[in-house]
Amino acid sequence: MKEIYLDNNATTKVDEKVLEAMLPFFKENYGNPSSMYSLAQAPHKAIEDARKVIADFVGAKSSKEIYFTSCASESANMAIKGLLEENKNKKHLITTKVEHPCVLNLHKELEKKGYKVTYIDVDSNGDLDINSLKNAIKEDTLLVSVMTANNETGVIYPVENIAKMVKEINPQTKFFTDAVQAAGKIKIDVSKAPIDFLIISGHKFHAPKGIGALYVKSGTIISPLIIGGHQERGKRAGTENVPYIVGMAKAAQIAEENLKLEETKVKYLRDKLEQGILKNVFNAKLNSTSANRVVNTTNIGFQYVEGELILLHLSDLGIFASSGSACTSGSLDASHVLKAMGVPFTSLHGSIRFSLSKYNTEEEIDYVIEKMPEVIEKLTRISPFQDEIEKLRASHKA
Amino acid sequence: MWDYSEKVKEHYTNPKNVGSIKNATAIGEAGSLSCGDALKLYLKIDKNGIITDAKFQTFGCGSAVASSSILTEMIIGKHVEEAKKITNQDIADMLGGLPPAKMHCSVMGKEALEDALKGYFKEEKPKKENKIICNCFGISKNEIIEAIKKGAKTLEEIQEATYAGGACGGCKNNIKKILEEEGVIETSNLTPVQFALKVNNVLEKLIATELAKDSGGVELVDVKGKEVYVKLIGACKSCCNSTATLKNFVEAQLKEHVDKDIVVIEVQQ
Repeated sequence: MKEIYLDNNATTKVDEKVLEAMLPFFKENYGNPSSMYSLAQAPHKAIEDARKVIADFVGAKSSKEIYFTSCASESANMAIKGLLEENKNKKHLITTKVEHPCVLNLHKELEKKGYKVTYIDVDSNGDLDINSLKNAIKEDTLLVSVMTANNETGVIYPVENIAKMVKEINPQTKFFTDAVQAAGKIKIDVSKAPIDFLIISGHKFHAPKGIGALYVKSGTIISPLIIGGHQERGKRAGTENVPYIVGMAKAAQIAEENLKLEETKVKYLRDKLEQGILKNVFNAKLNSTSANRVVNTTNIGFQYVEGELILLHLSDLGIFASSGSACTSGSLDASHVLKAMGVPFTSLHGSIRFSLSKYNTEEEIDYVIEKMPEVIEKLTRISPFQDEIEKLRASHKA
Repeated sequence: MWDYSEKVKEHYTNPKNVGSIKNATAIGEAGSLSCGDALKLYLKIDKNGIITDAKFQTFGCGSAVASSSILTEMIIGKHVEEAKKITNQDIADMLGGLPPAKMHCSVMGKEALEDALKGYFKEEKPKKENKIICNCFGISKNEIIEAIKKGAKTLEEIQEATYAGGACGGCKNNIKKILEEEGVIETSNLTPVQFALKVNNVLEKLIATELAKDSGGVELVDVKGKEVYVKLIGACKSCCNSTATLKNFVEAQLKEHVDKDIVVIEVQQ
């Protein structure tokens, strides 16, 4: 059976070269980097080399600004809770309605603890309402968190401009960005703007799951989330995950070299897939037409058909994608991102995200474009909304 | 990935009896587009009350389609009186089980069947006491009250326990009303004025009437955050047990009926 993997915003396949770089740190270089003997030297050096690579990858001035964590969710919690702990007098936070749950749910939790949170809206294209963000910044605003790129729609937010705007209004307010979906797809560079915190996750750019990083601008003080040993300069206790740190650094190097490939090959394939589906499938509707999207992502609503059912039938053909439908997630709630965009119920529950990577081929994309109409045809026959479907079919032909 | 049984997979991959029946004897509907699940069931019933044909159209996930499909197989050939007895558990069992989070799909099948048969028997709508609150998952008022009795105190906890309000969210206000009726609305959602009013209500209606039995009383002076300032009056004022009254009765009652974090502070004259 075919294996056409189009869910790279969920996770990616580990690059062979990444795996190779990691293996020595499972085998011969297994020493604890904190130890004093010579066996600890190679792993210790490997971590510090990796820190330099990640610093360059995000545009940090110094590798001292990089902390290794177990994942992006941990990075987000470490940055935000750590900042709050150090600034207990300020109680106002700003974020967007379309953040990843690791930022959004953290803010919801903080509201229960007495923080006031302003959630910024997006329009039907998924673009941010910058004006209301501007108006929301107050004397008491401790932190503004805006993601660099959205995981569901791929929409890129102008975080450099937003960071500058925030500091102009209130220089004391800190700025956080979740760059998980941007890393490896577009150039991220904290030196271009007053960004105080940035998080990335290895497994979104062909490193393994279980490794992330947090950039903290020098001079910004945070309390540690995990207390224990002196690792990560006392900010994140626990013996360093040496092989995974090495793996993420290798993946970052490869991703940096491949940015051109993303912009050309991956973009070409994404555009081909998107246009092919919109042309061939009568009830397909693009959920964000924003030109400013990461090049690997497209989110398409198939009206009057339910998303999980589409995924199950695609899966039978060896095509793997994901959905913003209520039924695919454990919560049974439809995608908060698509809801915030005001995607109508007709396609909200039938929205599919295709996210590509450098490993996809044109042959694969052609296969999906060929099969998609068949799958949707079969499934619309089951739908109780036959009259509406007929109308769509007629207008698609016209 | 859901852990679907082979039977579920078979029925969503190749569903049986898809479509509509012209001149159907009875038609039943459940769910809606906004919920993410909708089912239309068509029945042909002969003069002896035997269901001779059944067809369905479903908008929904794999288990919703599978539940609809197997339901049609279960009822074709059955007498309506027998079909009436089919429960959502029967549908789930025939499918070799459904993941707990997907049981509402079998409920939807059962509801569409009920709806169709109701039309056939010309029965009346369900009694008001147990009306359906969440149409998406077919959750009744009684089920929500049951969840509250088991400890659910917020909209989110009701949602976790019953799924009610989890899909289109159209019933969230009605669930809040039930929470209010049952006296457990989450106070963190109240504005300071609403909070103070609620405190005053409980003080006047519950606490003061109790204290009056011992010729005592209590008056609300101020509310600052979760701190409730009160003045003891009548017999309570001079009672040597007044501190106990304040903590063990007044504060305990306010904690139970308004907010668990309330602290009662006595204001002296």
